[in-house]
Amino acid sequence: MHYQWDFSVIGDNAGLLLWGLGNTLLLTLIAILIGTPLGLAVALMRLSSRRWLVWPATVYVEVFRAAPALVQLYWLYFALPRLTGLRLGGFEAAAIALSILSSAFLSEVFRGGIASIGKGQWDAARGIGLSYPRMLRTIILPQAIRRMLPVFLERYIELLKTSTIAATVSFGDLLFVAQDISYRTYRTLEIFSAIAVMFFLVILLCSQLTRLVEHRLARSGEFTAR
Amino acid sequence: MTTDNVIEISGLRKSFGAHEVLKGIDLVIPKGKTVVLLGASGSGKSTLLRCVNFLETPTAGTVAFNGKPVGTPKGTGGERSYSDRELRALRAHIGIVFQQFNLFPHMTALENIMEGQRAVLGRSREEAAARAEALLARVGLAGRGGAYPSHLSGGQQQRVAICRALAMDPDVMLFDEATSALDPELVGEVLRTMKALREDGMTMLIVTHELGFAYHIADEVVFLSEGRIYEQAPPHEVMLHPKGERTRQFMLGHSEFRLPHLD
Amino acid sequence: MDAFLSPSLAISLPALARGLVHTLELAVVCLVASLLLGLVFGVMRYAGGRVLHALAIAYVEVFRNTPVLVQILWFFFALPILVQFEISAFTAAALGLSLNSGAFSAEIFRAGMQAVPKGQWEAANALGMSRTRVMFRIVLPQAVRHMIPAFTNRWIELFKLTSLASVIAYPELVYSAQQISNSYFNPVEVFTLVAVIFIALVIPASYLLRRLEARLRRSAP
Repeated sequence: MHYQWDFSVIGDNAGLLLWGLGNTLLLTLIAILIGTPLGLAVALMRLSSRRWLVWPATVYVEVFRAAPALVQLYWLYFALPRLTGLRLGGFEAAAIALSILSSAFLSEVFRGGIASIGKGQWDAARGIGLSYPRMLRTIILPQAIRRMLPVFLERYIELLKTSTIAATVSFGDLLFVAQDISYRTYRTLEIFSAIAVMFFLVILLCSQLTRLVEHRLARSGEFTAR
Repeated sequence: MTTDNVIEISGLRKSFGAHEVLKGIDLVIPKGKTVVLLGASGSGKSTLLRCVNFLETPTAGTVAFNGKPVGTPKGTGGERSYSDRELRALRAHIGIVFQQFNLFPHMTALENIMEGQRAVLGRSREEAAARAEALLARVGLAGRGGAYPSHLSGGQQQRVAICRALAMDPDVMLFDEATSALDPELVGEVLRTMKALREDGMTMLIVTHELGFAYHIADEVVFLSEGRIYEQAPPHEVMLHPKGERTRQFMLGHSEFRLPHLD
Repeated sequence: MDAFLSPSLAISLPALARGLVHTLELAVVCLVASLLLGLVFGVMRYAGGRVLHALAIAYVEVFRNTPVLVQILWFFFALPILVQFEISAFTAAALGLSLNSGAFSAEIFRAGMQAVPKGQWEAANALGMSRTRVMFRIVLPQAVRHMIPAFTNRWIELFKLTSLASVIAYPELVYSAQQISNSYFNPVEVFTLVAVIFIALVIPASYLLRRLEARLRRSAP
């Protein structure tokens, strides 16, 4: 190996790399903030007793879980403008694609969590006359979310990794910035290794936090419903 | 229309799929009285009790609450439709206590008792909390309001569940095998609470396996068999001098119940 | 049918078909490779000595905690600089996807093996069986049944991830679609069709895998 490593390129472009990382985190955060409530709405539709609510929700979940994230993004970015005349930027397309994608996956997590709450809790909530929205809000969801919290966090980390596809539609995330720097400096090896390490550290931090939460939950006995 | 019957059930039927569990029940629960449902498991007692506050929807027949039939008739054949709003209002007036307590595990005892008061009766936080504290004191749990259900014994949990139902100021209380999930040494504290309720004049419908308790607390005992009322009379008649063969067999099968005594 | 399709799409179909074949080739190669990698590193982590154990942990953590797209791009753009020879798009994509999926598979193998009671080891050791034999004859066959649902999800995920190879111009479905759409300006038809192809493959496949899963669970002792 005769390659002369030169990591000065990292230091020279530190500001740009951090800016890219910030954009990556921002995109992920937006997808979480939109995808989570949307996922809850879809889950509630699937759990409804009205068939005209159940089946569109089922189709939604199945379709958006089956199509690759990149295909969904390309469809929004390349096909949608032709169809509607509505032109989306890289950021908008990625934010919408990732929100929809995560809502489809998260709805299954919500559904699993809600289904795991025993019949007795529903009976008791109905028994004191609570309305459906109220019993969801104060009785069922707090327990379901607590139980599924580690799964939610795991999904969010997956989403952070998937968000790198935004670079393919020229959104200035960490990966895009890295490509940009490597075109200018030809220090591809250093740059790509550096962003791999950056991703690794951020994701490792997140998964450690997840493990901490899991630990906490396992220890706090008060919330274990029968 | 005024009546002295809190609950009037007539022609009540309930099927689960092809299996008919209740085959036409007529029963009244007069104000201030305690009615106990007895019967072998599978006789339909719990289903009947759950039909009273519509946790199970009857297949046919009517339930009238304070003289007013619940739901609206749907064509012929005795079927009725029930609106969500109507059932919610009804359930707020009917307290129910479950075998498995079903306390909300993520709320303290006090919050459990406050939830219905706040959400359904629209009471203020202070009002609801004061009422909850008073009820807890009444069932011997003064000062335990801050405890989560998992930190309470089964008997304590069940007493909190009774308070949760009482906090709604119900006209009638339903007890669905309220002591069956308890360790034997904890049964007494719950039974005493129920007995005190009776002395306060509460109207109650009780499903229980505690025959000695049933004997003492009941104004009327209803023996169910295969989805029908098989025998109905004051406790000393049904339990000590049963007329029907099935009732006699049932009482013989519970040989631990010999002499009527309590405590 | 032809009347329904736009003419440009009819012309595109053979190219998309070739793309699909490339997608499937990549998926099969990565599936086999990731299973082997998963088995090796899973066993290392489960039963290896201190060095092998640490090595397996390092592998799993590095490849699970970085985005697979970054891995693919690293193998395509960065690795050739280090090893001083060309790496084809197929090789780079296969390396990235296999190593990434292998890391997840290793965790599935490990969790499956850990679900087998320790008593099985003791019983087998008492018979004087070698470690390798216990591993492959006693522990793994029992572990497989715990692992099947996780693998089902993993493989579906892997199949979808092959689309990322388009970023380094490996001519699978998505890359073919981009090429066609650039030539004929028909992104709506082409990208919709690609989405439909993926959906039409993934939904029946996951249904069949779940059926298989349920049958295995019933037949298992």
